[in-house]
Amino acid sequence: MKPEALLHPTPAGLFCPIGRFHVDPVWPVERALITHGHSDHARAGHGKVLATRQTLDIMRIRYGEDFCGSEQAVEFGERVEVDGVTVCFHPAGHVLGSAQILIQKDGLRINVSGDYKRGTDPTCASFEPVACDVFITEATFGLPVFHHPDPKGEIGKLLTSLKQFPERSHMIGAYALGKAQRVIRLIRDCGYHEPIYIHGALAKLCDYYVSQGIELGDIRPATLEKKDPDAFKGAVVVGPPSAFQDRWARRFNEPLIAFASGWMMVRQRAKQGGVELPLVISDHCDWPELLETIREVGPSEVWVTHGREEALVRWCELQGIPARPLHLVGYEDEGD
Amino acid sequence: MKAFATLLDRLVLTPSRNGKLKLLADYFRDTPDPDRGYGLAALAGTLDLRNIKPALLRELVLEKLDPILFQYSYDYVGDLAETIALVWDGGEKDDTTDEEQPRLGEVVTMMNSLGRTEVRAAVRDLLDHLDPSSRFAFLKLATGALRIGVSARLAKQALSDMSGKDVTEIETLWHGLGPPYEPLFAWLEGRAEKPVLATPAIFHSVMLANPVEEGDLEKLDPEEYAAEWKWDGIRIQMSSYGGTKKLYSRSGDDITGAFPDIVDAINFEGVVDGELLVGGTMRSNSPTRTFSDLQQRLNRKTVTSRMMDDYPAFVRAYDLLFQGDQDIRARTFFERRERLGDVIDKAPHDRFDLSDLVPFSDWDELDRLRIAPPDPVIEGVMIKRKDSAYQAGRLKGPWFKWKRDPYNIDAVMLYAQRGHGKRSSYYSDFTFGVWAETPDGEQLVPVGKAYFGFTDAELEVLDKFVRDNTVERFGPVRAVRAEPDFGFVLEVAFEGINRSTRHKSGVAMRFPRIARLRMDKLPRDADRLSTLTAMVEAREVQPPSRSE
Repeated sequence: MKPEALLHPTPAGLFCPIGRFHVDPVWPVERALITHGHSDHARAGHGKVLATRQTLDIMRIRYGEDFCGSEQAVEFGERVEVDGVTVCFHPAGHVLGSAQILIQKDGLRINVSGDYKRGTDPTCASFEPVACDVFITEATFGLPVFHHPDPKGEIGKLLTSLKQFPERSHMIGAYALGKAQRVIRLIRDCGYHEPIYIHGALAKLCDYYVSQGIELGDIRPATLEKKDPDAFKGAVVVGPPSAFQDRWARRFNEPLIAFASGWMMVRQRAKQGGVELPLVISDHCDWPELLETIREVGPSEVWVTHGREEALVRWCELQGIPARPLHLVGYEDEGD
Repeated sequence: MKAFATLLDRLVLTPSRNGKLKLLADYFRDTPDPDRGYGLAALAGTLDLRNIKPALLRELVLEKLDPILFQYSYDYVGDLAETIALVWDGGEKDDTTDEEQPRLGEVVTMMNSLGRTEVRAAVRDLLDHLDPSSRFAFLKLATGALRIGVSARLAKQALSDMSGKDVTEIETLWHGLGPPYEPLFAWLEGRAEKPVLATPAIFHSVMLANPVEEGDLEKLDPEEYAAEWKWDGIRIQMSSYGGTKKLYSRSGDDITGAFPDIVDAINFEGVVDGELLVGGTMRSNSPTRTFSDLQQRLNRKTVTSRMMDDYPAFVRAYDLLFQGDQDIRARTFFERRERLGDVIDKAPHDRFDLSDLVPFSDWDELDRLRIAPPDPVIEGVMIKRKDSAYQAGRLKGPWFKWKRDPYNIDAVMLYAQRGHGKRSSYYSDFTFGVWAETPDGEQLVPVGKAYFGFTDAELEVLDKFVRDNTVERFGPVRAVRAEPDFGFVLEVAFEGINRSTRHKSGVAMRFPRIARLRMDKLPRDADRLSTLTAMVEAREVQPPSRSE
């Protein structure tokens, strides 16, 4: 069988005609397999949804009880038959519940890795390399410029800044699902145990992470009864980046804007965003990790879903690995 | 190198002056000699480091990386030094530890001791041993420009913050010292006596004037003050001692090399404060030429004899700080001026003259003189207390500058953009426009942008208007409602206006700021483009005025 017969790109996303399901479809479909809970991958309104328990829980938190027609939870490593196609979920190390989806039929193995990273992250299960014929990879940071440093070193920068500017509220922009919790956890692991204040948009997801056994320490809502410029003096505040440009941000004392993202590797990106303290912390692979993963998985073919696919395809060509971009649309970088 | 690289990374993204000062002071305090001294030199523009050509860097990186992958990367990042800093490790993880990275002092010494043929291998090796952020710092230093919004003055202020020593005192020593400034740091930290300068012809911080503001003059007795014309050139300082002759800009940059015509003519010893102009001196009876003529001679390292013939420079002297090696700054303005008169009288007539005093009996008379000066290159008057000592900095009281009034127009807010840092949650950068006849009829056309001049309370008002009246968004920019009967009228003040081919409106303003919120006016009452073009035309008869 040709790989395209088992799985191929369509405007709605990757589609398996034999099993009659989509993977991470960008609009509502009959049957959807979801890799993880970021809103560009997990949308509301599908008929049936197959995903990990945690991904389903996260979708429920974000979209409400009736986020789909019916749901089916799958364990990591469990084999599920879908109309004669075998699917199996493996940890992707991206955010809580994130999975790679291995699709098998007649000995042909296609692995949709979703979004993934290789660095250690105490807030989710680590990526497992899965042998396959076709490896479908993202390329969010698919350029040789991207090298994500040790995240603890980045948190070190934050802690240094808190000492240097003890009067300023340190506002960390971090996406609500995954990054925010990981950053809070990293700060704790670096020995900071003061209360951390969070924007309302983070509350439910933080609670969910805690309920899943991920310790986040003393987190409190960043709300005020009345205007008090001294209330958050020298405090660490975590919120979605968009909130910092909003009137919400005015309650803080001389806010110092930090942003936890892989994009912060490039100075101009930080500068344009008005970020004073870039923290290069990513939930995606950097360039060396992408290359390392492809070498380790050893596929006979690589398909690149989204991001900077041309550079990764070029690299595969130089290595003699057949590769092609899928030109999927609708996947943004919400997770980073 | 690591400490300096970290400092640069923070400085680039820190908008506030106080934030920068804090970062700098901490760096100077925590970094050992000689690294901090070289860091200081790099920031203040006094570091002498062997230059590397971008072409060499490109060759080095292409030894390691596929040219197509490099091109993709460069297209994305847009800056050669940064691209190379980031892609240097290629597909490898960076495992450089801070301890094993070479120090800034070592890098400077090593680079400057290399023979011509050794550069390539040494740079390659260095890049291998630095982490991405240190590579970036090194590449920026070695290719020329740091561009991080730190002036030499700010660095000196940080030294003052760090040590408690007066910045004027640091400024006085500055030009007699060089990298890595070890005696300076030793003194700042109280470990040694104040350094004794080997070169006497150093720069001394200049005395600055405050603008005359509403009600200032009523409180002053005209009897106690003298007035001089404020010439539209650049303020300079001539320092001559023991055969060393130097010309400095107001901020202490050594511009000796660009003005041999003046420096060679210096026949006195001492320190003179004056205005650098082109044209002829008053006593040679030829006219002073405009600032745009002077500009031909500025920002050059060297000068051709043709340039000097076409644009002869001279100095109009204002003050005398040192006579020979005698410091006379504590004496009165009048006494200094008398001595200055003697010095200038004996100096070559074609290169030096003395700034005239402007006699006046009361402030109204001076106001009339200020508004209609006898020479188009005059941009106002200076008012100096007759008994004032020469004190560095901008003290309120002894000296004032009273310039021709700024220009004012009523314009309409068209776009607003969020500010930075403290202002990142406010729409604080405003594009404004005036009415103009266009092919589509009478329309508002953008003429400029202003982001200061208003109070915090006014900013709240402006921000609320923007949020409540947004009609379109383009990234961080919002277009606001601007119709003849609905919109926000801003009174915009500015120092000058010129023709511009880069702006669609054809005019460009200098230092535009928001003078007042005109909530009493409707957009239909705002000014027209023809008013602005008329201002430009008027200026072409009168030369431009410039702020100090």
